[in-house]
Amino acid sequence: MHALTRRQVLGAGAGAAVVAGVGIPVSALADADETQKMIKEFAGGAAIKEGRVELDMPEIAENGNTVELGVSVDSPMSESDYVKDVIILADGNPNPGVATFHFTPLSGEASAVTRMRLAKTQNVYAVAKMSDGSVYMTKTTVKVTIGGCGG
Amino acid sequence: MASKPRVKVPKKAEKGEIITIKTLLSHKMESGQRKDKKGNKIPRKIINKFTCTFNGKMVFSCDLEPAISANPYFKFNARVDEPGTFEFTWVEDGGAVFSTKKKIRIG
Repeated sequence: MHALTRRQVLGAGAGAAVVAGVGIPVSALADADETQKMIKEFAGGAAIKEGRVELDMPEIAENGNTVELGVSVDSPMSESDYVKDVIILADGNPNPGVATFHFTPLSGEASAVTRMRLAKTQNVYAVAKMSDGSVYMTKTTVKVTIGGCGG
Repeated sequence: MASKPRVKVPKKAEKGEIITIKTLLSHKMESGQRKDKKGNKIPRKIINKFTCTFNGKMVFSCDLEPAISANPYFKFNARVDEPGTFEFTWVEDGGAVFSTKKKIRIG
């Protein structure tokens, strides 16, 4: 069913028609400001540092409906020093929120893989909050050939 | 909406070993952004929460937004210190819960 819609849309032509075809007004796309606001909210006042977080995503995603997203954080994951939460945000989707992972010392390793939708070429952010309250961030840009905001 | 969840957990582990778990649930993850042929918005219906516990203790959980792809898949780790049971749950918008369990032994 989805494939049919896309074929019709592609038949219709231009890349802009892809966006219009799945019914998302451009104004509804999350902008960079909203994403930055959410990062600040998540950090809760802590200084946001670089490093320790790694995002594993393809540079170019052919199909925005399913893009593999891997995140890992360098941490001993002991009872006293572990990664609590990792939030994933995307600044070119209708809403920036993608997922929030919650780890515990029983996770053993602070890493997770899932699959996400990307409406268009955009930045993806991963922000990690440690058990001591410190916050680390990384970002990557993913080029998208066919947008996936309509599912 | 959703079929039986699929979960991959090793049958046994060494004490203290960090194992890898993979889970998949068939689900459309209707984003709330799509419209039907008449132009009406199709209401959002996604899995919004996934949790994994071991012997009742939280191992890993995730809050999902509509930006997660259909058929939500997770790969994550767990440290196994004792034999026991993993329990996995998926919560759908509206409150429906899908769940499954897997046992693991030591040695």
